[in-house]
Amino acid sequence: MSDTTENTSEKKGFIRRFLDAPADSVGKTVFVAVALCLVASMIVSAAAVALRPTQEVNALKDKQRNILQVAGIYDPEIDVVEAFAAFEPQVVELATGAFTDQFDPTTFDDRAAAEDPATSVALSDDPAGIIRKGNFATIYLLRDDAGAIDKVILPIHGYGLWSTLYGFVALEENGNDIFALQFYEHAETPGLGAEVDNPRWKALWNGKKLTDENGELQINVSKAATAAGADYHIDALAGATLTSVGVNNLVQFWMGEAGFAPFLSNLKEGKL
Amino acid sequence: MPQTRRTMLVDPLVDNNPITLQVLGICSALAVTSSLQVALVMTIAVTLVTAFASMFISIIRNQIPGSIRIIVQMIIIASLVILVDQVLKAYAFEISKTLSVFVGLIITNCIVMGRAEAFAMKNPPLDSFIDGVGNGLGYGLILMLVGFFRELFGSGSLFGVTILETVNNGGWYVPNGMLLLPPSAFFIIGLIIWAFRAWKPAQVEEREYKIQTVGGH
Repeated sequence: MSDTTENTSEKKGFIRRFLDAPADSVGKTVFVAVALCLVASMIVSAAAVALRPTQEVNALKDKQRNILQVAGIYDPEIDVVEAFAAFEPQVVELATGAFTDQFDPTTFDDRAAAEDPATSVALSDDPAGIIRKGNFATIYLLRDDAGAIDKVILPIHGYGLWSTLYGFVALEENGNDIFALQFYEHAETPGLGAEVDNPRWKALWNGKKLTDENGELQINVSKAATAAGADYHIDALAGATLTSVGVNNLVQFWMGEAGFAPFLSNLKEGKL
Repeated sequence: MPQTRRTMLVDPLVDNNPITLQVLGICSALAVTSSLQVALVMTIAVTLVTAFASMFISIIRNQIPGSIRIIVQMIIIASLVILVDQVLKAYAFEISKTLSVFVGLIITNCIVMGRAEAFAMKNPPLDSFIDGVGNGLGYGLILMLVGFFRELFGSGSLFGVTILETVNNGGWYVPNGMLLLPPSAFFIIGLIIWAFRAWKPAQVEEREYKIQTVGGH
């Protein structure tokens, strides 16, 4: 680049002349900017396109593993995709609580649907802090050997302190007893709000009930049990008041009338 | 003292550490040091980005117009960071979930840009590469030190392996919650800087003012 033996421009090729041009000339500034942007964008988009299939498989596997975990049948020895075949996915229309066959449950994207005005509503009463609610949700049924429903896995999400928590709640076949609750995506404070991932705290959910004998929703995450009693109470996380309030609100929202209550009453009455 | 390739690699570890001496890259050092595993991945990512960004910038350093050199450096750095982010999402999904936004923020890490501007613009590619590796490791060394204290006393574990059984899990150790919050990294980095300067007094900055005695009234 710095050789100066060739001093007449006619002898030089185009590239040589270009490299020797002063770096600060207008032409070169524009050329460097454009060329660099083209090269960089090609590299970045090539990487994004080439790696996307692997990334999507990862994201899907992660979600499926969480569904297996919340249903209590996760085994690290068994391939996630294989084990996941035990579930029967269904798309539920939230308002009616009935299964719908408008969408293919294996490919239905809850999050995309919740942003699409055609399949979602903006919420005015929004305790879970989710702004828009999809009209449909993918749920997962786990059936026993006789074909009867054993567990129902429902997706839930809502705002905590810093982030939207995405998770699943697994209910027993009666549609009222909680088997487990687990979040698979959140960005709460490690050690405080992120203790929602603590196995000891998650274990508190097992055996709790959503509604009392009168069908009133009583489940709550709080510091002390409400009048309804310990069957409906999950101890809030120490040092993570706002995350706990968020979890309380989102569970009450999704288990309530705006969420899966119509579906759960169908389930209880055997109308599915 | 002339710089050899060895000093380029070793100097940034202690003698010219980007965090403790130059006080660069503090922001991400606060964010990613609450667990060692995350700190280690961040170290590797920053080292790779700094090394390759310095190398590529050095290769085209004579062609970069001075008026847009910062933007040119940013484009190269940003492209490399996106590559790292994509690769992590594809092959280390769990870790990329915990690092989330911080990988993207390597773009704004002053160390990467500082080395590009201060070293790679004036030195040949191989030297720049080694300088980048050295500075990345110097950054990583502090990250790992801070991460060690924060994870051990904040969560009672190292690399996710329980060392001090915490009360939450039925043990005896009451974790110090403050260590899990970013401000605690300030204290630890401050203590590390103190320790480094006590060990190597040459790093102590000269006072910007002089205390004078006032003569007479």
